Amino acid sequence: MANEILEEHINSEYKWGFTTDIESDTFKKGLNEDVIRLLSHKKNEPEWMLEFRLKSYRYWLTMKEPSNWAYFPYPKIDFQEISYYSAPKVKPELASLDEVDPELLKTFEKLGISLEEQKRLTGVSSNIAVDAVFDSISVKTTFRETLAEKGIIFCSFSEAVQEHPDLIKKYMGMVVPYTDNYYAALNGAVFSDGSFCYIPKGVRCPMELSTYFRINSSGTGQFERTLIVADEESYVSYLEGCTAPQRDENQLHAAIVEIIAHKNAEVKYSTVQNWYPGDKNGVGGIFNFVTKRGLCVGDYSKISWTQVETGSAITWKYPSVILKGDNSVGEFYSVALTNNHQQADTGTKMIHLGKNTKSTIISKGISAGVSNNSYRGLVQIKKGAVNARNFSQCDSLLMGDKCGAHTFPYIEIKDKTAVVEHEATTSKIGEDQLFYCNQRGISTEKAIGLIVNGYCREVLNKLPMEFAIEAQKLLAISLEGSVG
Amino acid sequence: MITIKNLRASVEGKEILKGIDLEIKAGEVHAIMGPNGSGKSTLSNVLAGRADYEVTEGEVTFNGKNLLELAPEDRAREGVFLAFQYPVEIPGVSNINFLKTAINETREYKGQAPMEAKDFLALVKEKQHLVELDGKLANRSVNEGFSGGEKKRNEIFQMAMLNPSFSILDETDSGLDIDALKIVASGVNKLRTKDNAFLVITHYQRLLDYIIPDFVHVLYNGKIVKSGGKELALELEEKGYDEIKKQFETV
Repeated sequence: MANEILEEHINSEYKWGFTTDIESDTFKKGLNEDVIRLLSHKKNEPEWMLEFRLKSYRYWLTMKEPSNWAYFPYPKIDFQEISYYSAPKVKPELASLDEVDPELLKTFEKLGISLEEQKRLTGVSSNIAVDAVFDSISVKTTFRETLAEKGIIFCSFSEAVQEHPDLIKKYMGMVVPYTDNYYAALNGAVFSDGSFCYIPKGVRCPMELSTYFRINSSGTGQFERTLIVADEESYVSYLEGCTAPQRDENQLHAAIVEIIAHKNAEVKYSTVQNWYPGDKNGVGGIFNFVTKRGLCVGDYSKISWTQVETGSAITWKYPSVILKGDNSVGEFYSVALTNNHQQADTGTKMIHLGKNTKSTIISKGISAGVSNNSYRGLVQIKKGAVNARNFSQCDSLLMGDKCGAHTFPYIEIKDKTAVVEHEATTSKIGEDQLFYCNQRGISTEKAIGLIVNGYCREVLNKLPMEFAIEAQKLLAISLEGSVG
Repeated sequence: MITIKNLRASVEGKEILKGIDLEIKAGEVHAIMGPNGSGKSTLSNVLAGRADYEVTEGEVTFNGKNLLELAPEDRAREGVFLAFQYPVEIPGVSNINFLKTAINETREYKGQAPMEAKDFLALVKEKQHLVELDGKLANRSVNEGFSGGEKKRNEIFQMAMLNPSFSILDETDSGLDIDALKIVASGVNKLRTKDNAFLVITHYQRLLDYIIPDFVHVLYNGKIVKSGGKELALELEEKGYDEIKKQFETV
């Protein structure tokens, strides 16, 4: 019975899979130094930025694509078959919203992202500043003036390069240098846009900052960069959302997110990742190879990652925290859901350098269909990280008997005073639980939503309210056809 | 209210119910007793619509509807409630959220608007008293970490909240100490009206000291072999099931 209802559901469509018909300025496929120069020129970048790109590119050329270190194989990516720049043809420098292509506005409306500040101001629940990134460029950042009054900088990365070069030069690559890994080097060469955020000393950001990424054009990759700097005694909560149209091809998304938290600063970073996962036979979908890392550089600083991963054909992602400052805190709360042919290899790295540093890892994997879901995590306590503490909990939930859940926790301890705890569980949504819900009048579909959301509650609780509700709905939708 | 005619059912190809006939009217409490393996739990599962239980013959009419054709959730929404012998744990889902979902799903089925939060909370408060359920339990995850007695009380609390017309209590007394048993029984008694009916399935007579049945049936080897008033339960208690077994041993 449950199976039949779920079968029906498996056929329901990815509802963000539409494309926007908009004139784009898209580069020819292929990658070489000329493409990078052209890209840099298009963006009117200063010389130092071009130099950074070329250095990254040349380094990338010397690197080997990571082979199958993750748990599952994936098709070879032809980097010459990707277009590295695509932008809506309207000029990105806009004085007001009226100048934004109405098609673009419609796109974001459809995605539930309103770019009209007025509406947001008068709206009941919304208090979020949004930077909307469409293909390679940032379309519009809302609430900039309001934020500027407090000295907060929130703008597209390209604008920051122009307007705040000193900050960019100082912080870009500080946490994720271009030499870090293959995709970080590639990103350094070709990144197109993204968000930049700077919270000055002693300021508590009064609203949620958010970037919404949308891939639209076919044959393109998206390589964005996000840089968040929280100066001493500051606080910011940052959200990131993403979707893409439904296409038969695999599209590459290789982003970098860097967070720097100074003394006593706190950054909360939440993601709801919903890139197109491919169809139920595993055709198409986004390859999501992302490097996210935070640096607690100051004492008593705190960085917290919360992620809900439901999209992408393949996800590799390990939002990490380097706990350099004494008494700094790193947190990682994750829900990763895979269905059909999706593959996710995600987790975190907590690198303890400072004294009395503390990290918490709560990972909830949900596998359905014929998908594979791996948790891969590293807890590293370096010598001198006196009294470091870590608590990790990795739970896996299986739906049906054709999917896989894997846990790879690596622990390296070089200081005797460390206290590291690791807990792991694996469970299955049982017919018993479903029948119990049914017997109380709850449909199977709703029951799965309830059970899964219950299972993820610890993580969902960490999300900002509006996001949590979205995430709950998303989990229910993404679990189509999953109980056997 | 419910009429069961010649009900036969199998589990994994093995016939467990071998022709059950039973009629329960509004306002009545029926008890089904029987030794282990006689088919008591199968009967409750079949009525609630659990998968893996195949009905091979017979019919069940519930308030004029063919019950066997309805999905389990629709049976529940029509007013069939099963108090589980082994209530299931649902980690991370609060009792309150679970019940709110259940009530509103039923209301939607009946074309009614969702219950107002204020009314819902008032209802929770009122019904909690009925089974002396600690307010904290209502906010905890469904059955998670509950003691055996708390789980059973929670079943009756849910029954009170959902207000079904026909409730099946599947060995609700199992695993209960005498105090918990009294609380559960008194909860059920308070819920008895002339408009609803109960089917109390039990192995022992003990529960029937507190929930006084109108009729007692003895289930043996997939059939009701004996029916009577409440005195039948006492008789069974005294003589045990051996007599019944001897009398109705299948050849």
